[in-house]
Amino acid sequence: MKAPKFSYVRADSVEHALELLDKHGDDARILAGGQSLMPTLNMRLSQPEILIDINRLNELKGISLDGDTVVIGALTRHVEVLNSDIVSAHLPLVTEAMPYVAHVAIRNRGTIGGSIALSDPAAEMPACALALGATLVVQNSGGKREIPAEQFFHGLYETARAENELLVEIRFPSQKKDNVSVFMELSRRHGDYAIAGICAYGKVTGETIDDMRLVYFASEDRPVIGEHAIAALNGHAWSEETKDAVSAALENDLDPMANLNGSAAMKLHLQKVLTGRAMDTAVSRAGGTL
Amino acid sequence: MSEEMITVNMTVNGEAVSKTIPVRTHLVDFIRTELGFTGSHLGCEHGVCGACSVRVDGDVVRGCLLLAAQADGCEVLTIEGITDTGEISDLQEKFVERNALQCGYCTPGMLMTAAELLAQKTEMSRDDIREYMSGNYCRCTGYHAIVDAIESINNERLGG
Repeated sequence: MKAPKFSYVRADSVEHALELLDKHGDDARILAGGQSLMPTLNMRLSQPEILIDINRLNELKGISLDGDTVVIGALTRHVEVLNSDIVSAHLPLVTEAMPYVAHVAIRNRGTIGGSIALSDPAAEMPACALALGATLVVQNSGGKREIPAEQFFHGLYETARAENELLVEIRFPSQKKDNVSVFMELSRRHGDYAIAGICAYGKVTGETIDDMRLVYFASEDRPVIGEHAIAALNGHAWSEETKDAVSAALENDLDPMANLNGSAAMKLHLQKVLTGRAMDTAVSRAGGTL
Repeated sequence: MSEEMITVNMTVNGEAVSKTIPVRTHLVDFIRTELGFTGSHLGCEHGVCGACSVRVDGDVVRGCLLLAAQADGCEVLTIEGITDTGEISDLQEKFVERNALQCGYCTPGMLMTAAELLAQKTEMSRDDIREYMSGNYCRCTGYHAIVDAIESINNERLGG
């Protein structure tokens, strides 16, 4: 189908974009990579009055290291994150996740900020941001504020970003030297929306899980920290008994949404399977034996 | 709401073009209807099938997910342009030889994505190729012959 009528403005500065957001509020949509927005327009699932194209705002692009923080401009394209030496050295979780973000042609246009700001429940980058404890920097015409990832994702396509704010930067703490990370997801076709997915990030000594964070995505309305599963995991040796305990605890963390890809029960099962595989891999990456 | 128009200037297949079009026109509609290059196809028009793949400033993109207005000032290359430059003439011949197309609807998009794969100049297993091409649907061939064609040209080029 064809997109409905709208107005189009190419922002020539962040200030310009923020002025337009102040003026139009929820009637405006930010056009970043457009890889999720354009399909909704073409299918007439959304009908904004105005698109604010931020693609020429070079100040929102780029990846740099600021002490122990990897700073990624919101408009940085997925392909640039995938190929970044800074990211692969300091955020191996993100590098491992990136090939799962759609397909080549979409990674060439889609942006990390767009993915996080949209907060599609099946998206990889919101889950990585939550697993790594990233900080989201949003800006309105009055200034910037920082939002911890733990407080950013509110629900299905809902975030802490106000309608007059632009996500400008994502600040990831570098992976700690003794930590390991694992990213896994299941989908029907490589690159399609995940049915179930997990990010594991933390410390393993030998076979003992010292301090692991588990973040689940795709099955829920937003990325979710598996608090009960983590409580059943940390401080224990990774074993069949621990796996069973974590699986049982996970039922208190997740409330999967059924859809065409599967029932709630199937998704819960898949998240348990992924938890087992992710922890096997985490232990192996930490140098332990199974 | 009235139809908002915009004048766009870009280079398509080596030729500078300037047209005034509705802002909501996506790039492939622009290329097909305004410029008459009908090699880029529209399948799903929401970014899933890959039939509309074109190259913008050196990168393969979904032509249905980019407004023509966004490509203002850009270099756009379609299957017609990339055929003229001869960049993938070996791959095109191999597609015919290996019977890597039947109805041909997906083929321009397949070739545009495969062109970017070949430009990486890296060794790729069949699994790597399948993963790279996973964003392009083909409903006829079952993909095997497409992977055959791409694999043999990638190997030939790396060997040569």
